[in-house]
Amino acid sequence: MSAPYTADEMMTVTAARQLRDGAVCFVGIGLPSAACNLARRTHAPDLVLIYESGTVGTKPRVLPLSIGDGELADTATAVVPLPEVFAHYLQRGRVDFGFLGAAQIDRFGNLNSTVIGSYTAPRVRLPGSGGAPEIATHARETLIIMKQSPRSFVARLDFMTSVGYLGGSGERRRSGFPGGGPRAVITDFGILRPHPETEELELTALYPGVTAEAACEATGWPLKRAARIETLPPPQASDLEVLRKLQADTERAHSSTLTIRITPQT
Amino acid sequence: MPVIALAEAIARHVQDGASIALEGFTHLIPFAAGHEIIRQRRRGLHLIRMTPDLIHDQMIGAGCATSLTFSWGGNPGVGSLYRLRDAIEKGWPQPLAVTERTHAQMAVAYQAGASGLPFGLLRHYAPTDLDRAAAAPAAELRCPFTGANLLAIPALNPDVTIIHAQAVDAGGNVLIRGITGAAREAALAARTLLVTVEAQVERFGADLNAVVLPAWMITAVSVVAGGAHPSYAAGCYERDNRFYVAWDDIARERATFTRWLDEHIHGSRDHAQLLQRLGVAA
Repeated sequence: MSAPYTADEMMTVTAARQLRDGAVCFVGIGLPSAACNLARRTHAPDLVLIYESGTVGTKPRVLPLSIGDGELADTATAVVPLPEVFAHYLQRGRVDFGFLGAAQIDRFGNLNSTVIGSYTAPRVRLPGSGGAPEIATHARETLIIMKQSPRSFVARLDFMTSVGYLGGSGERRRSGFPGGGPRAVITDFGILRPHPETEELELTALYPGVTAEAACEATGWPLKRAARIETLPPPQASDLEVLRKLQADTERAHSSTLTIRITPQT
Repeated sequence: MPVIALAEAIARHVQDGASIALEGFTHLIPFAAGHEIIRQRRRGLHLIRMTPDLIHDQMIGAGCATSLTFSWGGNPGVGSLYRLRDAIEKGWPQPLAVTERTHAQMAVAYQAGASGLPFGLLRHYAPTDLDRAAAAPAAELRCPFTGANLLAIPALNPDVTIIHAQAVDAGGNVLIRGITGAAREAALAARTLLVTVEAQVERFGADLNAVVLPAWMITAVSVVAGGAHPSYAAGCYERDNRFYVAWDDIARERATFTRWLDEHIHGSRDHAQLLQRLGVAA
């Protein structure tokens, strides 16, 4: 019997389990950051975390709100200028895992984080590229974390910000991309992985109590199912304990009162 | 390199219609300088920042800007920049022309500008929709040695770059500690460089490899304690994450934003008074 857990906790624990110890991971804010720091506190103590603010090998005691919180710098092996983190670390091929999220994903793992609607007259202007296009290009493999719905898992992207497998069937590889592309899409239903030949995402794993029909209904294209669909183990009590403590510590740190001395000290 | 009051530095060096980069990645964002530009009602600015953050949300909503060059326009860890979105989606308070980049593209564009080169280079493979968009001028090149496909990004040379740092020493040199982002590159790419600092000190006592901008590169320095708030200055104060969360409600609607701007920015004579109003000054 396992303790009750939330969908976010299941996603975070599942994402953490995809990371192998000792790997170099380029981390984004939110669920990816929670997953990486959970992994570092459980099965992967030597996971190397790089945040795009230039904090390399950081071991934050609480989760950062922004990509450049002081906590990330204070606990880093090195703090390098931002142009270096993209050139010397990412483009040079030193990153094993990149974590990405987006507003829209298509069946080949291509991502939109730029606009909903047309680019020149958008219905919703999203934040834009950030580091995602280069992470999607250069990381040896990428992991995508997104909640599944027909609005976000779409037949056609409004805008392709970051590449997955392009049109599939080897197009990405033929285009010369150094990184391998999305290895897994972790959703609130389970995991989609690319088909070995067509590279189309298919349902390969489900959380306990979730049906394949529900996952397909939450997808805006006819989602294919793998020949064998695995049932993922629920979070262990120890995972939940570590994750909840991390989140409680984070909440406490972010609500502490700030004081700035504006009068010169004598 | 004179140490002068911030209001004087902005009045003298930031003209209507200028291209102006306020850099500092999450850390050391020059908020006090941006607020002073709003107070002095500069118009027609071309704002340049990797992450527009709250400071450009405020300047865009205040009507200072007609164009923006950026690579990620959100409230980090919170959500949207509603004033930026309102300008792009609805043209309020005026339309905003956009040049859009990725972080890596901004980084090489500043580096090229700082190096006296016409463009920066990245490796390139299949195009994305950003590569195809008119808002992201770039050109494909072939490496003359290896034949590798590359993408050329035009250099950024802002009329004015403003950055915030921890300290200026007696010789007028400026020390930046902690996360530098692309601040150093943006500073060296500028025609005019303004710096705000937390404090004036006799000597830094910093490591030989510290990021120091020599006095003779700097146009003017202003001492503004707390000048990066609600961003932060490592070693001085932390990021005001509560303010970043609160901004979501302030900026969502035009009316609440305008009231905040009138009360807090136009209603404060300087940054020290603003920090007192916000209840963070001691």
